[in-house]
Amino acid sequence: MKRFLLYLVLTIGALMFLYPFVWMLGATLKPELEIAGFNPLSTHFTLENYRFVFQKIPIIRGFANSLLVSILVTTSVVLFGSMVGYALSRLYFPGRELIFNLALATMMIPAQLTLIPLYTMMVRFGWVNSYLALIVPAMMSSYAVLLFRQFFLSIPQSLIEAARLDGCSDLRILFTIVYPLSKPAIMTVAILTFMGVWNDVLWPLMVIRNPKLMTMPLMVTLFAVGGQAEAHLGVILAAAMLLALPVIVAYIFIQRHLIESIASSGMKN
Amino acid sequence: MQPGEANKFSMFSRALAAQRTRLHSLAKVLRPNDSATDQRDRVGYLMVLPYLFHIAVFLGYPLAFAFVLIFHRWNIYTPMKWVGLGNIKLLLTDPLIWRALFNTLYFLLIHIPLQLVLALGLAQLLNQTVRGRAFFRASYFMPVVVSGVVVTILWQQMYATETGLINLLLQRFGLPKIGWLTDRRYAMPAIAIMATWKNVGLYVVLFLVGLQGIPADLYEAAELDGASAWQKFRLITVPMLNPTIMLVLLLSTIGGFSLFIEPYVMTGGGPVNSTLSGILYLYKQAFFFSKMGYATTIGFFWAMIIFVVVLLQRRFAETEAV
Repeated sequence: MKRFLLYLVLTIGALMFLYPFVWMLGATLKPELEIAGFNPLSTHFTLENYRFVFQKIPIIRGFANSLLVSILVTTSVVLFGSMVGYALSRLYFPGRELIFNLALATMMIPAQLTLIPLYTMMVRFGWVNSYLALIVPAMMSSYAVLLFRQFFLSIPQSLIEAARLDGCSDLRILFTIVYPLSKPAIMTVAILTFMGVWNDVLWPLMVIRNPKLMTMPLMVTLFAVGGQAEAHLGVILAAAMLLALPVIVAYIFIQRHLIESIASSGMKN
Repeated sequence: MQPGEANKFSMFSRALAAQRTRLHSLAKVLRPNDSATDQRDRVGYLMVLPYLFHIAVFLGYPLAFAFVLIFHRWNIYTPMKWVGLGNIKLLLTDPLIWRALFNTLYFLLIHIPLQLVLALGLAQLLNQTVRGRAFFRASYFMPVVVSGVVVTILWQQMYATETGLINLLLQRFGLPKIGWLTDRRYAMPAIAIMATWKNVGLYVVLFLVGLQGIPADLYEAAELDGASAWQKFRLITVPMLNPTIMLVLLLSTIGGFSLFIEPYVMTGGGPVNSTLSGILYLYKQAFFFSKMGYATTIGFFWAMIIFVVVLLQRRFAETEAV
């Protein structure tokens, strides 16, 4: 009896989190009049809502923009973050501790403080309405530096020394010896960075106004807020569904990594 | 080479390398400024250089510039005008910023207790031998990974007064409809409930990690002493989870002060400013009224509040632990 209650509560919980998504998918596939109701299924299956979205906004372009920006930022954050993390954990040079403390200090600065000054900088650089504003300010992350440094400290120095004696340069050591041993750290940094960039709306909203350069969440946000959807619920939900779909698919495949990465980032902050 | 031999060889070379390392680090301890051993490590400067340049340009400069902007009026396109403490005076007498602060605190007042109870409850349930635990955990976590925009749009439909799922559910139980997003008494609680739904999965996972770190013999000893389930929860689980609870408090507070997309999409800050958040107000000042100086002042004020709240929570956590 107690077991039954346990599973009942857990299942109700799971339904509370999953059912809205199922309902949303259902609502996008039926005529507007049938949306109000719990049953996600309808006898009048239609793709009209999606057709409307594709007609009104360049959402494929938005997807491509998001992909481009997220991939470039993630690659850069992993590459430079690991390089700095390697230098701060494995090399001895004067000022190393100072740089480490600097990285720690930058984590203390709330983003709200630099948001507007950074925006005015983008205006002065002429980067408003350009990919540069989306990519360049996000290319490095102190969080990634600290995470890599912490992880690299656990790699035996003897491996690195042995490679050095064989005449390996430090960059080669980083890429050929340290990288294969650091898959969990790389995974964590990559997932967190990618998700952060992929889901961000505030910064793209500030620096991008040209629909051709908009990231997918920005495009969907403006579509929902502005009048383009002509107040059709199904259409707005269809746009949201298209935005959610890539993330849900990715989540199904790398669910465990995702949960662990995000949870570990919470622990360290 | 035979496999065994290869093994022996690699063991030998590893031992040799370890020996060399020991000598190498010994040399470093004895002669810390030896140019011969340090020369190679100088490449470290090259490796950190791009990072230092990047934070100088994209963090250091904006940070310094923020303190210039606070004392100026500026719309970006015409020259800056020095206003002294004008922005700060304006801020202190601006009813809307206090409204935003009140709204945020109201949000936290609902969000935090709800979050703690739900997350801890679900984590407790999942911490037993449950078949399909991975499935349950993954389904609770799903809203965490999905973009806030999707969640907000979805809940906007669920909160709709006439057609929304939540009001349909209420009516089915014979309760009256609620104007979730149109009644100013309910708009902020509605956002707080949605935020809880979105984030609770993360905190379930954090609590699960915490629960698994509690030694089982503590509970066994308590059982021998005849402790009830509630006593075990109150006297063992809660104190042992104190660090996790503090972490959850901290993350939810920071989340509360970062609210933007939820009111931006759902209510635009209305009805009658009842969901206006600090960041939304900052955004409006900068982009509707082109007041860069004042918007920066709001950002500064908001950053200070976050700082103080975090410090207070830390202080509180430390006295609790003593």
